[in-house]
Amino acid sequence: MIGVIDYGMGNLYSVSKALERMNAEYFVSSDLNELEKATAYILPGVGAFKDAMAILTETKTDKFLKDEVQKGKALLGICLGMQLLFNESEEHGWTEGLGFLNGQVKRIPGENVKVPHMGWNKLAFQRDHPLITGLQEDYVYFVHSYYAVVNDPDVVVASASYGVTVPAIVGSGNVFGCQFHPEKSGKLGLAILKNYLTFVSRM
Amino acid sequence: MITKRIIPCLDVKDGRVVKGVQFVQLKDAGDPVELAKFYDEEGADELVFLDISASHEGRKTMIDVVERVAATLAIPFTVGGGINSLEDMKKILRAGADKVSINTSAVLNPSLIMEGADYFGSQCIVVAIDAKYDPQLGSHRVYTHGGRKATEWEVVAWAKEAVKRGAGEILLTSMDQDGEKSGFDIDLTKKVSEAVPVPVIASGGAGNAEHFLEVFRDARADAALAASIFHYKETSVKEVKRFLQKEGVNIR
Repeated sequence: MIGVIDYGMGNLYSVSKALERMNAEYFVSSDLNELEKATAYILPGVGAFKDAMAILTETKTDKFLKDEVQKGKALLGICLGMQLLFNESEEHGWTEGLGFLNGQVKRIPGENVKVPHMGWNKLAFQRDHPLITGLQEDYVYFVHSYYAVVNDPDVVVASASYGVTVPAIVGSGNVFGCQFHPEKSGKLGLAILKNYLTFVSRM
Repeated sequence: MITKRIIPCLDVKDGRVVKGVQFVQLKDAGDPVELAKFYDEEGADELVFLDISASHEGRKTMIDVVERVAATLAIPFTVGGGINSLEDMKKILRAGADKVSINTSAVLNPSLIMEGADYFGSQCIVVAIDAKYDPQLGSHRVYTHGGRKATEWEVVAWAKEAVKRGAGEILLTSMDQDGEKSGFDIDLTKKVSEAVPVPVIASGGAGNAEHFLEVFRDARADAALAASIFHYKETSVKEVKRFLQKEGVNIR
């Protein structure tokens, strides 16, 4: 059972509908007692890092997620939700993140490219990973102005090129992230979500 | 690298797609969801729904349309028309749209752009600009109210102002070219595209696949929007994309 975390800053509807189309068992909640019943989580996110962390901290969802991940439950962050997995972000002043992955979230240098990075960009797979098992490199839909600068290149499962190398799928242990929107990325996006569900079902 | 985007635009009135759409193979050619699915399968990169309902009831119906489209579609879509407040934006985005497009309300109340951008992030806020060449101004002038009212704004100045206030994308319609099918307004699009650091969607004038090539290659548009040539099957998204790919344009 997937728990979709509703902290007021996600495109919950689209993620939920994508899960429904895959016949996944899921529920959406902001209640930590409810969420604890889930076997795995999805952390969506649209908006600013600082605001999102402020809500996660205030609602104690940050500590909750750290405990749940510690227990071995899987967590998938999408878009801003992926950025929140890192140590810190410079968006609207340095803000500490959830710290599951080592790295800083920085603004995309807009020297030769337009920011936000908006549109379909091709994934380049970097290594084998459960999220991309059986899939071919193809286009997915990105919308973001900040990107993760990773300290450990091994966490990068797939990247996209946009002036800089943008980590597009990251993964370390039971923590995963997609910078793009799998729920808006056509067949490949849905296949990646499906792979997450498969991974979770085998845990 | 990121691809150039092809975006069909659908006008919706009281929950139905209007402006004579010719799709005989669809069960219901006026149903926004059916058409959205069709364009998704054709390879559309994004969709724009423009709500042209005049009534309160019609607007409420639009929320339902947005929910149904979001439930069916795995590509992003923008909703514009009649969005006048942060509250309106919330309703549309919470119903599952990825972006909202504001036009007249942005000119009348420019702080709305920043309100939306602060709340949802710039990437959710598209500022749509209707532009018409004004010989006296020696440049293009911004129009509002569906092209009926001239404003004081010159188009590049307004585009820059909108971006400064948080617009994440500019949807630029050439009123001179709109409906002419003689190609996009290259000068206008180039001027705006080079002036702002955010993506620009060119609109107005698409008549064939070559027009898309011109606007991407010569005007540096990031995306191109068209309505009637797709609806009337004068060409298809698939055909346009096949042509662009052959010409070396980076497309999906």
